[in-house]
Amino acid sequence: MSTRRPSASFPDTIDDALALLATGGYVADRALATVLFLSLRMGRPLFLEGEAGVGKTEIAKVLASALGRRLIRLQCYEGLDVSSAVYEWNYAAQMIEIRMREAAGDVDRGKLEKNIFSDRFLIRRPLLQALEADEAGAPVLLIDELDRTDEAFEAFLLEVLSDFQVTIPELGTIKAAEPPIVVITTNRTREIHDALKRRCLYHWVDYPDAERELRILAAKVPDAGPQLSAEIVAFVQKLRAQPELFKAPGVAETLDWATALIEMDKLALDPATVSDTIGVLLKYQDDIAAIEAGPGKKMLDEVKAELVAS
Amino acid sequence: MNPGHQDDQPGPASAANGGRLADNILYFARTLRGAGLRVGPAAVVEAVRAVGLAGITRREDFYWTLHSTFVSRHEDHPVFHEAFALFWRPRELVEKMLQMFSPMADPREREDERRAGQTRVSQSLFADREDRREPDLQRLEIDAVLTASEREVLHSKDFAQMSADELAAARRAIARLVLPVEAVKTRRFEPTSKIARIDARRMLGHATRTGGDLVIPKFRRRRTIHPPIVVLADISGSMAQYSRMFLHFLHALTEDRRRVHTFLFGTRLTNVTRQLRMRDPDEAIELCSHAVEDWSGGTRVGATLGEFNRRWARRVLGQGAIVLLMSDGLERDGDEELAREIDRLHRSCRRLIWLNPLLRFEGFEPRAAGVRAMLPHVDEFRPIHSLDAMSDLCGALGKANARQYDPRNWMQHRAA
Repeated sequence: MSTRRPSASFPDTIDDALALLATGGYVADRALATVLFLSLRMGRPLFLEGEAGVGKTEIAKVLASALGRRLIRLQCYEGLDVSSAVYEWNYAAQMIEIRMREAAGDVDRGKLEKNIFSDRFLIRRPLLQALEADEAGAPVLLIDELDRTDEAFEAFLLEVLSDFQVTIPELGTIKAAEPPIVVITTNRTREIHDALKRRCLYHWVDYPDAERELRILAAKVPDAGPQLSAEIVAFVQKLRAQPELFKAPGVAETLDWATALIEMDKLALDPATVSDTIGVLLKYQDDIAAIEAGPGKKMLDEVKAELVAS
Repeated sequence: MNPGHQDDQPGPASAANGGRLADNILYFARTLRGAGLRVGPAAVVEAVRAVGLAGITRREDFYWTLHSTFVSRHEDHPVFHEAFALFWRPRELVEKMLQMFSPMADPREREDERRAGQTRVSQSLFADREDRREPDLQRLEIDAVLTASEREVLHSKDFAQMSADELAAARRAIARLVLPVEAVKTRRFEPTSKIARIDARRMLGHATRTGGDLVIPKFRRRRTIHPPIVVLADISGSMAQYSRMFLHFLHALTEDRRRVHTFLFGTRLTNVTRQLRMRDPDEAIELCSHAVEDWSGGTRVGATLGEFNRRWARRVLGQGAIVLLMSDGLERDGDEELAREIDRLHRSCRRLIWLNPLLRFEGFEPRAAGVRAMLPHVDEFRPIHSLDAMSDLCGALGKANARQYDPRNWMQHRAA
C-alpha cells in the first residue's frame, strides 16, 4: 500500500481521496474527501451546493488535473437548451450537401436523409463530448451553476445523469462506454428538483474554518507572510460572522485580498489599508458602508489583540 | 496511506458482516424519515453500498458517508446531525430513552439549549411513547426561548374550511387573473407560422422528406413564460381579517402557476411554499396555520424583510421574480430599517408590487410613517378599497394599467 499509484486511478480510501485533492493544491476537509471518494467509487454525480466563492468549481478542475482526465465544462445559463448543451446540426453544411446532390441529380430520399443527418454534420456540445471515450479515461464533466438553467433543462439532465446516454432523434441513442465523472455545482439561487438530487451525492460546501483557510492561503498565495496571512484570515472570519452582511466574502475573495495586499507591499493590516481595499472582500455598497460605519475598526483591533495574545 | 487504518476494519470486512449494519442503517433511515427528511428506499440501498465501499474506520467517515446519501438539502443537515448523534451512540441512546420515558425528567436536561431538529428527531425516535411525553409542552418551551419581542403574540389559528362553491369561485378567479408582468421572453424557441427567425432544423427535417427538392422556410420565435412569483404576505393583527382569503388566493395561485414562493410574516418570517403545494386547500391551509407561530400578532415589516433579504432573496429571486407584497404598511419599529430593506428588496427583483388593503376610503393619504418609507421603493402601489372576496383581490392585481398604480401619484398627493 505504500507505493504510490499512478495519478490516473481512483482513490482506494478516503485518505487517498484527501491526498488526491492535495496533489492538485486543493485543501479539502474530510467531509468533502469522503463524498468525493464515494462519488468516484459508486459512479454517482457529485452535487456541490454552497455560497459563491467557496471553491466548488475548483474541485472539478483539481479532480481533472489530478486524475489526468479531460475537463469538459458546461456553464449553465437561463434558457440553455439542447442545441447548445448537447448537439446541433451544421445546417449550412447540410444545405450545401442538399444542393450538391441536387446538382448531381441524386434524388434518393432515404439515402439523402441518412447522409445529411450523419455523424459528419453533427456538432458536439459539452454533454455529448463527455459521453465520448477518451484515451486518458472518462472525462470530468463539470456542470457549473446548474441553478441558472430552468426546470426543462434539469429534466433533460435526468436522462443523461442516470443512464449516461442521450437520444438524438435522427441518429439514435448515444451511450457512454465509460460514464464520465460528473460534478454539478449550484449557488442555490433556486432549489434544484429532488429527482435530480436523488441521483447524486449531495454535499454542502461551507466556508472553511480559520485553520483550513490559513492552509488554503499558504497553498495558493505562498508569498503572504505568516503575520499577514494570520491577520487576513482572522479578519475575514470575523467579517463572515457579521449577521447583517448581504454577501459574506468567500475563499476566492480572501485569496484576492491577500494578492492585493502583497501587491501593495503590506506586511500587516492597518485601518487605512483595510478601508482602501475592502472592495475586494465586499461587493455590495451597503455591506461596505455597514462595515466602514462601525464594526470594521473594532474587528481589526480584535484581530490584532487576539493574534498578540495567542 | 496510513496502514493503521487498514488493520482496524477494512472495507470488505464491514461489507461481509453488513447484515446487522444494514439493518441499523435501515432503522436510521426510518428515523430520519420520521424527522422529516425525504429518504427513500433507494437511498438506503445506496447508503449500505457506500458504507461497504468506504468501510467503517472512523466515526467521522461513517458520518459523512451516510450524510452524502441521506441529506440532499442544506436545511436537513442539522436534523441529520442530531439524529446521527442520538442514533449511533447506543449508551446515550438508552439514557435519552430513559429520560424521555420518565415523567420527571432530569432538570439539567431542560436547561440545555435545544438545537434545531432535535425535537423532530426525538419525536421520530420515540414516537411510540408520544402520548406520555406531551410533545406540545416541549414545543412551547422552545417557543419561549425564541421569543424576541414582547409584542410578539404566538398562537396558531383555525380557519373555516373552504366550501365547494368558494373553491370553484377561487379557481375561476385565478384562471382569469392576469398579473402585471405576465410574459417574460426566454432564450428558448417555439415554432411559429408567422414570419420570424429561421428555424433551420425544422427546415432541413422537412426538406429531407421531399428529398431535398423543396426547402420551405420554417420559423421560430422566442418562447415566453410566466416569471416566478414571490409573495410576502402580512398576517399581523391589523391584517387578520384578510388572512384566510390571502391563503386561499395563494394556494390557488401556487396550483396555477409554475413557480410561486410564499412567505408569511408578522413578527417573524415563515416560508410556507411547501405547505401550500398540498393539493387540498383545507389541508394546505391547516399546514400553514401550524407552520406559522405569529398569527395576528404585531408587525415588524422592516426586520422580516431584512431576514428575507439575507436568507431567501438570493435563493428565490434568482430568475427575475416579481414580488407581491401584501401588507398595510403599518410598522411600529424604525422606519429607517424598513426603508433600507425595502430598497434592497426592490433592487433584487424584477418588479415589486405592493398591495395594500387597508385603504378603505377614496381619499387615502399615505400618512403612516411606514407607508411613507415604503412608497418610494415600490414599482406599483395597488390599494384596495374593499376587499371582501377573492375576486376583489384578483381584480386589484389584474388591472394591467401600470401607470395608474405608480407610487409617485400617491407621493404627490401628499406633497400637494
